[in-house]
Amino acid sequence: MDQATKPLISIEDLRVHFPLVGGPLFRRSRRMVKAVDGVTLDIYPGETLGLVGESGCGKTTLGRAILRLTEITSGKILFHGNDLAALSNSAMREQRRHLQIIFQDPYASLNPRMTVSQIIGEPLDTFRLARGRAKKERVQELMEMVGLSARFLKRYPHEFSGGQRQRIGIARALAVDPAFIVADEPISALDVSIQAQIMNLLDRLRRQKNLTYLFISHDLRAIRHVSDRVAVMYLGKIVELADGKTVYKNPLMPYTKALISAVPVPDPKVEAARRRIVLEGDVPSPINPPRGCRFHTRCPYAIDLCGKIEPQLVEIKPNHYAACIRISPEEPDIDRVGPGAAPGLQARTA
Amino acid sequence: MTAGSNGNLLSVRDLRTYFETEDGTVKAVDGISFELKQGETLGIVGESGSGKSVANLSVMRLIPDPPGRIVSGSIVFDGRDVLTLPPRAVRDLRGKRISMIFQDPMTSLNPFMRISKQLMEVTQLHLGHTKKQAREHAIRMLERVGIPDAHERIDSYPHEFSGGMRQRVMIAMAVSCEPELLIADEPTTALDVTIQAQILELIKRLKAETGTSVILITHDLGVVAGMTDHTIVMYAGKIFEQAPTTELFERPGNPYTRGLLRSVPDPTDEQGALYQIPGLPPDLAHLPPGCPFAPRCERADEICRREYPPFVQLTADHYSLCHFANEVFAEST
Repeated sequence: MDQATKPLISIEDLRVHFPLVGGPLFRRSRRMVKAVDGVTLDIYPGETLGLVGESGCGKTTLGRAILRLTEITSGKILFHGNDLAALSNSAMREQRRHLQIIFQDPYASLNPRMTVSQIIGEPLDTFRLARGRAKKERVQELMEMVGLSARFLKRYPHEFSGGQRQRIGIARALAVDPAFIVADEPISALDVSIQAQIMNLLDRLRRQKNLTYLFISHDLRAIRHVSDRVAVMYLGKIVELADGKTVYKNPLMPYTKALISAVPVPDPKVEAARRRIVLEGDVPSPINPPRGCRFHTRCPYAIDLCGKIEPQLVEIKPNHYAACIRISPEEPDIDRVGPGAAPGLQARTA
Repeated sequence: MTAGSNGNLLSVRDLRTYFETEDGTVKAVDGISFELKQGETLGIVGESGSGKSVANLSVMRLIPDPPGRIVSGSIVFDGRDVLTLPPRAVRDLRGKRISMIFQDPMTSLNPFMRISKQLMEVTQLHLGHTKKQAREHAIRMLERVGIPDAHERIDSYPHEFSGGMRQRVMIAMAVSCEPELLIADEPTTALDVTIQAQILELIKRLKAETGTSVILITHDLGVVAGMTDHTIVMYAGKIFEQAPTTELFERPGNPYTRGLLRSVPDPTDEQGALYQIPGLPPDLAHLPPGCPFAPRCERADEICRREYPPFVQLTADHYSLCHFANEVFAEST
């Protein structure tokens, strides 16, 4: 990625907190789920930015917040000079022509009472982009683009398989010629052989139509395959960001290391030889995330300071960012850092 | 523990399980045979509808009838055919000598019952434990599967546990009678990758400690690669390929297996466009004549669309259902 180009989307210190009302009636507490808690991220035109993390890390909320499909607590989302977070609802609706989303569940995201041609044609009506004959032609063109036969125009979603429905969802997203698409777990519900088809389709469309993707998935193998750069999220924060190859070959932050090492590789010899970092315990609740570094409760490298100081996302190597006080640009390899040392901290205070 | 003939704990022969539907007869499992030796782990891979789960529900005699029916075949477990046993004897096997863990722990845990009661029931029923013995045993099992503060958490309800912890509880229940055979049906599919790693390590450890045999059903070739001795690849109710796991990954002898292997992105490897198997999984009620994979197969010829393929032996333990098995096998070195 050429970092000299201007980002298509700039996210600045974005927070999405959901109130959680609970407890007995007269002592009701209002706690907050901090689903996204201070994310700063640039997405460059033409790239696929992979966003990976485990369930509850906030990756889907982040994707939806960019499109304002969920209410933003604070922060900015700059797109073509506009701050999407500050737009009125009607102004935002106009912007959605340029910003689209593909959902995980191809069963729940299509209206079962609409035919395929109505589903794909609806955005054309909404934005008054085409009518009559032109609309019909456009819908047919979109169907061919995603590999569906125009014979299916009058069929209903239930007549299609999961992979075909996902193609319908992609055609609907493309109808308005968007610049940016959030693909939220677009292959998770599909069979292995169909996953490859959809990944290849998305990649071909990106190149043909110069699209920019935020590809959200918990599947590290898929993320590695489709992404130019990868952002790793843990409990509402980005903890590592670099190009895909680097994140997989040389992860810096201990959570990313564990995550990568946990991915099963389809090769028995590799599997037999590898050393797997098995993390203790579950991902803590985002209602009451741990203080300091949110990963310190499960981190094999954690020291006392990790529970006190919140690490910042720092450029440890060129274009490789990580949030961990135990590493620094001078000492990027945590396995070589002396016991108890926190070079990242010293670098910042110095 | 005694093994049956030829040291096989389980021997399935020509198993056919059909379902009657409005669309016609669905041959979910159509003539599969395999063996499992004592202490071995067998992986069964396939996409949805391949018959991998139905095959194992048949072994447990858990096929809902109607609409399902085991039409033919034999399932010999420790010398006796499960299919001819009276229901009582089958119940004695289930949970005691053969047990199963599922993808979603909530389908096998009762949400209204404390974990303690659910765990104790198993050993009270099968091992004749007293209440006190059963409770002590249950705590030991929870500790064994890595539930912290087991003696306190044992009286919790299933919803009070996280997904990974619930899966551990289910495993504790499944192994509490030290079964000779553990069938794990997509045990980690619903879990996050770091939790998946924990559960797979746990299954490996329990296997090493107790010597139990395992059948691992999964769609994930990576999981199979790391966990199993032998692998079976299923498609459209048939075994398309079976081989020792290392050989299957190194030298697949079936175009479907080869396609599957190539369509999984390998994170350790640089690659361009991903290989994709074209088309859709078949409609089991309306299978094409000839090879069921032919419409999607890169190697398919006229004969594949006309004639059902032979099950070709490639090496001592390596079989492939394909007209061109030898050619595909030779190519993949």
